[in-house]
Amino acid sequence: MIPEFGFGIAILSFLVAIYSIVAAIYGATKKSPSMVESARRGMLLTFPLLTLSAAVLIYLLVNNHFEVAFVYDVTSRSMPTYLKVTAWWGGQAGSLLFWSWLLSAFASAVTLRKWDRDVEFLPWVVVICSVTLVFFLGMVVFYENPFTRYWLVNGNVEPHMFQPALATLFTPGDGNGLNPLLRHPGMIIHPPMLYLGFVSYVIPYAFAMAALITGRTDDRWIRLTRRWSLWAWLFLSAGLVLGGRWAYDVLGWGGYWGWDPVEIAAFMPWLTGTAFLHSVMIQEKRGLLKHWNMVLVIMTYELVIFGTFLTRSGVLSSVHAFANSPIGPLFMGYVSATLIGSIALVIYRWPTLRGETEMKSMLSREALFLLNNLLFISVLVICFVGVIFPLVSELLTGQKVTVGPPFYERATAPIFASLMFLMGVAPLSAWGNSTVKTLGRAMWKSAVLAGIVTVALFFTFTRNYIALAGFFLVALVLSVTLQEFWRGVRARQRAQNESFFTSLVRLMGRNRRRYGGYIIHISMMLMAIGILGIELFQTETQGTLAAGESTKIAEYNLVFKDVASWDNNDLEVNFTRATIQVYKGDQYIIDLHPRKDMYFSGQPMSIPGVYSNLQDDLYILLVDWQPISSTAATFKIFVNPLVNWLWLGSVLFLLGIIFTAWPDRDPAEETSRRSVTRNANQPSAAD
Amino acid sequence: MQRTKFILGGLLILAAVVYLIVSSTKASAEYFMTVDEILAKGQNAVGQSARLSGAVIGSTVKYDADTLTLTFEIAHVSGDNAQIEAQGGLSKVLAEAVNDPTRQHISVVYNGPKPDLLRGEAQAIMTGKLGADGIFYADELLLKCPTKYQEAVPDQAETAAP
Repeated sequence: MIPEFGFGIAILSFLVAIYSIVAAIYGATKKSPSMVESARRGMLLTFPLLTLSAAVLIYLLVNNHFEVAFVYDVTSRSMPTYLKVTAWWGGQAGSLLFWSWLLSAFASAVTLRKWDRDVEFLPWVVVICSVTLVFFLGMVVFYENPFTRYWLVNGNVEPHMFQPALATLFTPGDGNGLNPLLRHPGMIIHPPMLYLGFVSYVIPYAFAMAALITGRTDDRWIRLTRRWSLWAWLFLSAGLVLGGRWAYDVLGWGGYWGWDPVEIAAFMPWLTGTAFLHSVMIQEKRGLLKHWNMVLVIMTYELVIFGTFLTRSGVLSSVHAFANSPIGPLFMGYVSATLIGSIALVIYRWPTLRGETEMKSMLSREALFLLNNLLFISVLVICFVGVIFPLVSELLTGQKVTVGPPFYERATAPIFASLMFLMGVAPLSAWGNSTVKTLGRAMWKSAVLAGIVTVALFFTFTRNYIALAGFFLVALVLSVTLQEFWRGVRARQRAQNESFFTSLVRLMGRNRRRYGGYIIHISMMLMAIGILGIELFQTETQGTLAAGESTKIAEYNLVFKDVASWDNNDLEVNFTRATIQVYKGDQYIIDLHPRKDMYFSGQPMSIPGVYSNLQDDLYILLVDWQPISSTAATFKIFVNPLVNWLWLGSVLFLLGIIFTAWPDRDPAEETSRRSVTRNANQPSAAD
Repeated sequence: MQRTKFILGGLLILAAVVYLIVSSTKASAEYFMTVDEILAKGQNAVGQSARLSGAVIGSTVKYDADTLTLTFEIAHVSGDNAQIEAQGGLSKVLAEAVNDPTRQHISVVYNGPKPDLLRGEAQAIMTGKLGADGIFYADELLLKCPTKYQEAVPDQAETAAP
């Protein structure tokens, strides 16, 4: 009875969402506010309905209802309750319901806002959100139903939603359980973070479409959704960072990013989203690039859907466990249809989207932002080509050819370097007009400083010219950005007679987008230090050690003490743990315990022993051991220089986005800023 | 005047991206091959970067922990996902490949830690090069194990529900 109830509620919300689409379109075209209001209420109703449906699924998961196929697939009796709850997004059917639930939550939140003067957007925002919701709920209802149960039909076990004739319910004794690799805390929050990011981008897209349909194509839609796109960007970024950290902790290859198609699928909307964050500023300040912003928000939406599709179908081989299912063609159909529809709308409104001024100088802030956009899109194009390369080559030549990480690294590295250089230049350029002379005057000190740092590194650290170029750019951007903080604070201190610290806090608080952006730039540089370190200077060694024997890597001396194995029956796992004493020179530092967990299900998992500091990570994997004597074991050892700057940078990155996206306390400020910027034709350093 | 400059700039970026893609593709393209295909090419495939996939034969897996040298044989499986699906899914196809004595085999050598997922009836996806000795030298080894911890439909024998 319970699964039928959950399924029934899902169908009901599917129907309600369809009603909302019809009512909203009718209300908007016939100018009937009561119909629009009814559509809005329908939209609001989907959230409690889907919450109820999800609650039913969680109830089934937590209470070991293995007769439900989804529960059987993703949980087992030995899993703790919190893991059973998170198993909700551990499989395809559940994660589609999760997607739908998040979307209904966000769409409800948006329909609850005060619409006042934006009321003509409302029905169309409801339509776009509901169409997306209907698509995902349709998947749940017709193709990937998480409430399907097992039935015994003529001696065979078959999955069906409703009882077939003469069938009896079949309940397996225990479920398959969640893949132990996915039981890492990073992996438990990584998918919902990505999904939050994916789903949040539906909202800016909905407003953009509403603007195109109603013809109100000024920058109102951008202002209304600015914070949505920031939060979306935050969640997507957090998802990517957590995924990287998970790979580093669990997959045991000493890396964090493998240019796997599924990783790229999540990275692509991030690229367009990042380009969008920058280019909306040009539209707000200068009334330029309106077509471009529409295209970017459409691309982001389609890439979000495409990304969900890539992670959920079998089109590409990848380390991520793919599910093969019939939903692939439906996803492609939906992406094609919405893409064609959206682009047709942009073309229809083309004349009203013309720029209010023209770009006058190649070095103006807006021109540099445009360049930044083109570079992000270039990275996107490279990623896209790489992902679809096997499909295209097979179509054209019959021979499936793939490109691996070296392709992406080689092709994107110069573009990332150019983006870093832009981060050093753009903050110093003025809106409207800049010349080589003004930029040079603002930059030369930083450039000299970066040069000195690079020369110092050349004599003390490395002769690798790629690394030196990278560190030069890092030093340049850090210097320029910190100088911006310094100049801002000094100017304010002189005017307001405040202490340095008060001045800094107030300056940043009054101008969150600008200084938040700078914090993010700084965090990018810290991450760049870590990436340069691990990519260019990683050292590794491997070897078999007898008890008491030692080995050396970089500055570390490692002494192997012992290895022990034991079973844990509650967790259904056998642990094997080695003890290694780490010395730096003769100085004892720490004991490390690399581990190999062998789950009774047959799934093994390697847990590295890691000693972290700002200089490097010592990362030891237990590869093999003699089971009986326990006197010798084989290790793979990495030293990853500077990698912790990557993680520190990641934390600062997320904090920077939160700082930028945090609601302003004073709404009046928002309007006053707008009135200033409307006629900001003269170059100004203020924003 | 400004317009031409911007258009020229855009074309320059486009040219740079095309160049980066083309040159990087040449430097890192790998041919997807099945065991049958690489054996059919024979000496012509020696030294060419390839991505080879096949079913691991459990009894041939040998690991020398002192030198971290891993050797095993793989049996031919189709490289076409749709065909695999049509034949009853990956796990069934892999099991058949391993148990079919008429299938072609190829030896693989890999240097590094023994991957956790390596065992009989796993799908191995390797990048590397075919040596003149007919052995495939893998630089990278990925494994897919669809059956081991996830059964599509539970066995009836498992019925132990209270």
